[in-house]
Amino acid sequence: MITIVDYGMGNLGSIVNMLKRVGADVAVASSAAAVSAADKLIIPGVGAFDHGMTGMNDGWIDVLNEAVLHRGVPVLGICLGMQLLCRSSEEGHLPGLGWIDAHVKRFRMSDEHNLKVPHMGWNTVTIVKPNPLIEVGQDEQRFYFVHSYHVVCSNPEDVLAVTDYGFHFAAAVSHENIFGVQFHPEKSHRFGMDLIKKFVEF
Amino acid sequence: MLKHRVIPCLLLRGGGLVKTLKFANPKYVGDPINAIRIFNDKEVDELMVLDIGASKEHRAPNFAMIEQFASECFMPLCYGGGIRTIAQAQQLFSLGVEKICLQTAVLEDLSLVTRLADRFGSQAVLVSLDIKRNWLGKPYLYAAATGKTVKQPWLEFSKRVVGAGAGELVVSAVDRDGTLIGMDLDLIREACVDLPVPVIAMGGAGSLADIKAATDAGASAVAAGAYFVFHGPHRAVLITYPQYHELENLWGSNRGE
Repeated sequence: MITIVDYGMGNLGSIVNMLKRVGADVAVASSAAAVSAADKLIIPGVGAFDHGMTGMNDGWIDVLNEAVLHRGVPVLGICLGMQLLCRSSEEGHLPGLGWIDAHVKRFRMSDEHNLKVPHMGWNTVTIVKPNPLIEVGQDEQRFYFVHSYHVVCSNPEDVLAVTDYGFHFAAAVSHENIFGVQFHPEKSHRFGMDLIKKFVEF
Repeated sequence: MLKHRVIPCLLLRGGGLVKTLKFANPKYVGDPINAIRIFNDKEVDELMVLDIGASKEHRAPNFAMIEQFASECFMPLCYGGGIRTIAQAQQLFSLGVEKICLQTAVLEDLSLVTRLADRFGSQAVLVSLDIKRNWLGKPYLYAAATGKTVKQPWLEFSKRVVGAGAGELVVSAVDRDGTLIGMDLDLIREACVDLPVPVIAMGGAGSLADIKAATDAGASAVAAGAYFVFHGPHRAVLITYPQYHELENLWGSNRGE
């Protein structure tokens, strides 16, 4: 059972649609009690960091810590959901979940690149370490991104994939059973479908 | 690097898929679900679906139909037509729509943009500006639901919409709609000057060269209807979309916005 954490911040419909398409058993947890039945967790999220953490602070954090840190339940954070895995963000004042030793920073673009923020649209990712979600050395993988902030890991070995937007930023991170992707696999055609399928199956 | 987005725009009228010419004469072109499946298979960058009858007929969005669309779209989906309230927007997002596109309600009350952007984020709130040129070629803001031009200068209104929190603007050239004769590049240039958000240019694209010209003029993305649903001089219905490598080649190896 894949459980999507509905802490009030997300476009869950797309993720449910994608999970159903790959044949997964899906539950949407709208209360923390439902997390105890989860084999795997997805933390979605669109919007501001503090808004997200305010939702998390509404009864979710203890039960998620228990599942992810003690029971070792695999978790996938998507977009803001990935940023919430970190310790802190420039976007807000509240501490993050702190499962990944990382900080979230705003994109600062030099004029020479003439790149807009948010980083919006399709971009390719380069896989930098073996992992269960995307094969290293597969054909070009492209994903859909919409974000103004990006994750900076304290430990380089936590970076799973990078993407070039003026510089290489962490497009995906992982640490043990904890995974985060900055892009939207649920809206990234077969590339995202493969990733979601692998998360369901692994 | 990041790509310019190329976005098929599908128009709905009475539950069917239609294509207009200069915002008039909607011609039935088929079943929307079928079209959406084909565009999904072709791995389009994004998809835009506009219900052009909703505001005209004072109707709310057809949620049951949009739910079906969203379940077939494994790319970002933008929906527009008849959205007037936060609750409607909430329902659309919960069905799996990523972006909503507003026009009629915003012409009446700009604060709707701010309320929606505060709640759902600017990236999810688009405003569509339809621009019609008069017989002297002067551009005017046009209200698609009533078919009337609006007094407010369009460029000033576009800045106010962005100031209110819109994350992207769709700028459509009414006189080019469905014509396939090329896009209104002067209009695109004017719209994009000093605008901090992406502009999706629409109206008139009939070739990859037209799309390239629009992005050269400053558009972040290009939307098109007729170019992706009609084929040949007799406008036979055939759904197409460029191959990924064609788009890659169009902007060189770097499709950067």
